[in-house]
Amino acid sequence: MIANYGYKDGSGEYYISIDTDKCIDCAAERACLKACPQQMFEIITDDYDDEVAWVRKEKTRALAYDCAECKPAGGYTSLPCTTACTPGAIKHSW
Amino acid sequence: MITAGIDMGSRSVKVVLLEQIKVEGAKAPSFAVKKAHLMLPGDLDADQAAEKAFDAALAEAGVTRDQVKSVFATGAGRGQVAFATEGITEMTAGARGAVFMYPQARTVVDVGAEEGRGIKTDPDGKAIDFAGNEKCAAGAGSFAEAMSRALQLSLKEFGEASLRSDKSIPMNAQCTVFAESEVVSLIHSSTPKEDIAKAVLDAVASRVCAMVRRVGIEGNVVLIGGMGHNPGFVQSLKTAMDVDQVLLPELPEFVSALGCALIAAERVH
Ligand code: SF4
Ligand code: SF4
Repeated sequence: MIANYGYKDGSGEYYISIDTDKCIDCAAERACLKACPQQMFEIITDDYDDEVAWVRKEKTRALAYDCAECKPAGGYTSLPCTTACTPGAIKHSW
Repeated sequence: MITAGIDMGSRSVKVVLLEQIKVEGAKAPSFAVKKAHLMLPGDLDADQAAEKAFDAALAEAGVTRDQVKSVFATGAGRGQVAFATEGITEMTAGARGAVFMYPQARTVVDVGAEEGRGIKTDPDGKAIDFAGNEKCAAGAGSFAEAMSRALQLSLKEFGEASLRSDKSIPMNAQCTVFAESEVVSLIHSSTPKEDIAKAVLDAVASRVCAMVRRVGIEGNVVLIGGMGHNPGFVQSLKTAMDVDQVLLPELPEFVSALGCALIAAERVH
């Protein structure tokens, strides 16, 4: 399943999408958990008893702010989360 | 076999009891909805409200608790239904219920009191893509309700009034607080109530549509959740999504509870 977490507001559309099918047999040993400086991700058991990543509920309302330090203005050229997730499950909409 | 689905929303509890019936010669199991019951929690806490709604549904159906093989809960308060066998997300429950009612549906729009979301489903009713809006209540029913109160109209009158307007007044505010002040300005400038009602419902529909477009509009679209009772919203949604038809169940607020009861039945086997 493609799970989109986030929101759209007056300043733009801020969604992190996770292709949870790729998490089931994660080939990156759950690297997303350690890579994110904001501890954005967590592993949960989904409705089909598969262990997948999701964006922690309390983080989904402030993605634009929390992710800002990793975006180009924060000096990064690539995002720690998408780089660590070698299966390519994580995408950002902005 | 009887199973139950409980949708524990932020404002109401929906209970569906489902009986699996044997039909001679049929390959797939057939189901009959035994009872659907809705109750506003009022001053009860979530667990008490779920207990009370469940008991009321059992009494209406003439079923005892022992006869119910499994109870699945969904909704924002699913974790508070202490007697539930299992909890599942609104996406899984909504997609399953919608495809059971309309096997051709592939896009499910779920708009309840506090949240709206778009879900893409496969032919088996399994959610394959979803998006909501975690920040803004302006894409949900409570916003329309607050605005109908500001216009001193019932929700029903609000929806009907909107259908009488052919004006498109854009509402720019992205948050309920600012949107409310836009509505107040429209009231003070003597804008007809029907035009304001349409502006509000167009704004809710546009926010909902933005979520649905994230998952992509594919195949038949079905609208579930309490906002399905608002004809003005249904019209605004069709326009925003640029579709000729939106499939609309008679009791759209019960579809997720139905999906829950169906999944409970499948997992008993
Ligand atoms: S998001 Fe990527 S790294 Fe994290 S569990 Fe899923 S596949 Fe693995
Ligand atoms: S951009 Fe940075 S803060 Fe945002 S999810 Fe990725 S690693 Fe975490």
